[in-house]
Amino acid sequence: MSEAHAHSVAYVRDTMLPQAAPPPGETGPLRWMRENLFSSIPNAALTLLSIYFIYTILAAILPWMLGGIWDAGSLTECRAIRDERGLETAACWAVINERWLQLLFGFYPIDSPLLARLFYADELAAAGGMEAVFGAGSNATARIEFVAQMRADLGNLVVFFFGYWRPLLALALLVVAVAPVLYSSLPRKMLVFSLAYPFVAVFLLWGGTIWGPMLVALGILLSLGVLRVVAGETNALLGMLAGILVALMIFLNPLAFTDLGLFPLLPHVKAMLDSALPLGLPAIDSADFGGFMLAIIIGTSGIVLSLPLGILLALGRQSSMPLIKWVCVSFIEVIRGVPLIVWLFTASLLLNYFLPPGTDFDLLLRVIIMVTLFASAYIAEVVRGGLAALPKGQYEAADSLGLDYWKSMRLIVLPQALKISIPGIVNTFIGLFKDTTLVVFIGLRDPLGLVNAIRATGEWNGIYWELYVFVGLMFFIFCFFMSRYSMYLERKLATDRR
Amino acid sequence: MADITEPPRESFRLSQLLYDARYRSLTIQVVAAILIMLLLVELVDNTVTNLAALGKDIGFGFLWTTAGYDINQQIIPFSSQDTHARAALVGMLNTLLVAFLGCILATVIGVFAGVLRLSKNWLVARIMTVYVEAMRNTPLLIWIYIVYAVMTEATPQPRDFREGGSASMYLWDSVAITNRGVYIPEPLWGAGSGVVVAVFLLSLLGIFALRRYARRLQEKTGQQLPVLWISLGLFFVPAILAHFVMGRPITLEYPELGGFNFDGGIQVRNSFIALWLALSLYTSAFIAEIVRAGILAVSKGQTEAAFALGIQPNRTMQLIILPQALRVIVPPLISQYLNLTKNSSLAIAVGYMDVRSTLGGITINQTGRELEGMLLLGLFYLVTSLVISALMNVYNSSVKLKER
Repeated sequence: MSEAHAHSVAYVRDTMLPQAAPPPGETGPLRWMRENLFSSIPNAALTLLSIYFIYTILAAILPWMLGGIWDAGSLTECRAIRDERGLETAACWAVINERWLQLLFGFYPIDSPLLARLFYADELAAAGGMEAVFGAGSNATARIEFVAQMRADLGNLVVFFFGYWRPLLALALLVVAVAPVLYSSLPRKMLVFSLAYPFVAVFLLWGGTIWGPMLVALGILLSLGVLRVVAGETNALLGMLAGILVALMIFLNPLAFTDLGLFPLLPHVKAMLDSALPLGLPAIDSADFGGFMLAIIIGTSGIVLSLPLGILLALGRQSSMPLIKWVCVSFIEVIRGVPLIVWLFTASLLLNYFLPPGTDFDLLLRVIIMVTLFASAYIAEVVRGGLAALPKGQYEAADSLGLDYWKSMRLIVLPQALKISIPGIVNTFIGLFKDTTLVVFIGLRDPLGLVNAIRATGEWNGIYWELYVFVGLMFFIFCFFMSRYSMYLERKLATDRR
Repeated sequence: MADITEPPRESFRLSQLLYDARYRSLTIQVVAAILIMLLLVELVDNTVTNLAALGKDIGFGFLWTTAGYDINQQIIPFSSQDTHARAALVGMLNTLLVAFLGCILATVIGVFAGVLRLSKNWLVARIMTVYVEAMRNTPLLIWIYIVYAVMTEATPQPRDFREGGSASMYLWDSVAITNRGVYIPEPLWGAGSGVVVAVFLLSLLGIFALRRYARRLQEKTGQQLPVLWISLGLFFVPAILAHFVMGRPITLEYPELGGFNFDGGIQVRNSFIALWLALSLYTSAFIAEIVRAGILAVSKGQTEAAFALGIQPNRTMQLIILPQALRVIVPPLISQYLNLTKNSSLAIAVGYMDVRSTLGGITINQTGRELEGMLLLGLFYLVTSLVISALMNVYNSSVKLKER
C-alpha cells in the first residue's frame, strides 16, 4: 500500500481471518456432480437422458436376472413356475444349474473309480466291483445320466473337485507355471517348472502312459544339448543345423518314411518302458474334450507357441537375407489375408492331403497347430511394429559393442521392441482366445457348440439369453483380465517417463 | 606417405562360409532354400500320392458345370441351372455387400461411441466405456448367435400383423419386423427415373465443384462461402424438383400382408440382419477405441495454438484437429475394415449365403473338390485383403509427415 493511497482507503484489515471451510457447493460430491454431470444445460440434459437409459436397461434386466428360476427340468417347467409366481419375466437359470459341468468340461469323463473308492466303498465291497455299482456308461447320454446321479448323491462340489481333478489340477498348475512369467517378483527358479509344465499338462489331460511325454521332453532336451555343444565347439549355424537334425531323427524319423525304417526309435522305447514300469492315468480321447476347458487348452497353447514363432517371423521379415525375408513376408501375408475359418476348414479337410499317406493325427492337435500359425502371423506384425519403432542407434550400438546377431537381438533389441509391442501382443492374444469359439464349425465341442447342442434338446428348445449370457460372461472375465494385465505391464515397464 | 598398405588378399577358404559375415548369409540362404525345397517337394509328393489313392485329380473344370442349388439372397440373378462359377460370384457379392454395409454402420456407431467416450459428462463416458469393453471382450460369434436368436425367436410371426393381431409395423406402416425377416419398401423405377438419378449425380458433382471453388476463393481473397448450406440445398432440391417435374417416376412398393406372409417390398433375411448388426456392433467398439486414440493423439497445444490465432472452435476441429487425427486414425481403421470383411465368413453361423458357404461350402460338398475350392476361396479373401491394404499404403504415403 503506497502512501498516496493510505488516506483514501476507508478500512484496512490488520488481523488475519481464521481459515474458513469452502462453500458447500465447492467440495465433495456436490462439486464433483456439478463439474462432471451438470456443467451446462446440454450436459445436464445428457445426464438425465443417460440416467433414464440406465434405468430402462436395469428395469428390464434386473427383475429378469434376480427373479431367475434355478430349479426346473425344462423350459416349459420354468415357464410354469414363472406363471405360478406371477412374474412377468424370469430367467431360466435352471439350464445353467443342470448343464454347468458340461459347459465347463464338455464330455470329459469324470473320474468315477476315484469317486467310487472314496465315497462308495461299502457298495463296492458288497457288489463286488466297479461296474456293478455304476455301470460306467460309454456313450454320451449314459455319461450325462451317470454324472447327474452322482451330483444328486454327492453334491455338486464333490463331483466337481474329485470327478474333474485332472483338468482342475492342470489349470491350477497352469497358474503356478504362468505366475513367474507374469510377475517378475516371484523366484526365478519357478521358471523350471514353467518349462516342464506343457508335458505335465499333456499327461494330466490326455492320460495314457507317463513315458510318452517324458520321452518327448528328453528328446527336446537332447536336441537342445546337441545344439549347445556343437554351437559352443564350432559355430552357431552348425549348432542349429545339428540340433534340427537330431530333433528330426528323434521325432519325425525321416528314414521311417522311406523303405529304410532304420530308427523307429521312439515308439519302441516307449512300449519297452511301459511294459517294464507301467505308470500312467486312464487315457482320454480328445474327442471328449469340450467346453471352456477346450477353449482354454486351444487358447493357451496357441498363445504360448505363437509368441516365439511370431518373434522369429518378425526377425525374419527384417532380415537382410532376401530369401529368408521373402519366405517370412509371404507366410505372414498369406496367413493374415485369409480368415481363420478358412484355415480351420483347411486343417480339417485338407491337411491329410499334405501329410504322408496313412498319417492321421488328432483333430484337436491340427486345430492347435493352425491356430498357432494364424496367431503367429499377427504377432509377427505387432513385433515388427515394435522393431521398426526402435531408433536405429540401438541396433548400431549393439553392433559396435561387438555382439553377434542373436546376442544383440536378445540383449538389446528385443527387450525394448517387445516392451513397445505389449498392448498389441495382448490384443492378439485376446483375439486368439475369442477366436477359439470358431472351432465349433469343424465339429469340436467348444462352449458355443455345447450351447447349440443344449438348445437343440427337447427340454431346452427356445432358450438363448441365459446360455449366451453365461458363456459371454466367462469369456468376458478371461479377456478383461488379460487386458488389465497388459495395462499393468505397460505401467510397470514404462521406464521413460515418471 | 607409404603408411597405407594394401590389405593382404587372402585366398578363399572353406571355413569362411561359416565364419565370415560376407559369405555366411549366403550359406544360410542356401541351406534354407534346400530345406524349403525339400519341404515343398514332400508336400506336393504327398498330395499327389494321396489324391491318386483317392482316384482324384486336380482341375478347375467343375466351375463350369451346373451348380444345382439355390441361393436365397442374390444381387445378380441366379438359378440352380447356373454354373458353380456364377454361384461363387453371387457368394462373393454377398460377402462384399455385408462387408460394405457393415463397414458403414460400424464407422457411424464407432465414431459416435469414440467421441462420447471422451465426453466431459462422466456418466456418458462411463456408459460408452461399458459398451466398448463388453463388445471387445466377448467373441463375435456370441453376438451373431444372440442377434440371430432374438431376430428369429423374439420377433412376431407374420400372422400376428393381421387386423387385431399383437404386432404392428413401424415407420408409418412401411417396415415389418417378423421372425421370417424384415420387410422394407422397395423403390420402383418408373419411366423417367433415369433423369432424376442423372440430376442427382450432377448435383453431387456440383457440390464437389463448389467445395473446390470455395477453397480457392478463401485462399485468394479470404472470403468464406456458406458451403454447408449451399451443399445441402444442392443435395436435395434439384433431385426433388426433377422428381416432380418428371411426374413422380420413383414410387415405393410397401410390404402387404397377404395370407400367411408379406408380399411386396424387399424381404431382408434374418441371417443377413444378424450378421450385419453383430459385425457392425462388434467392430464399432474397436473403431471407437481407434477414434478416441486418434483424437487424444493430437496434442492440446494444437488446439490452444489455433485458439490463439483466433480460429473458431468448429473450424479448429475441421482444419487443425481432424486432419492430424485422421493420420493416426485411418490406417488402423482400414485394418478394422479388413477384419470385418474376413469376419463376415462367420456367416456360416446363421446360414447367410456368402462366398464361404457357396464356393467353400455347397460347391465343395457337391463336387468333392476340397483342394481347388479352398484354394479359390483363400485366393478371393487374399486378393481382397491385398487390394485394400495396397490402397491403404497409397493413402499412408500421401498423408505421411513430409520430413526433410
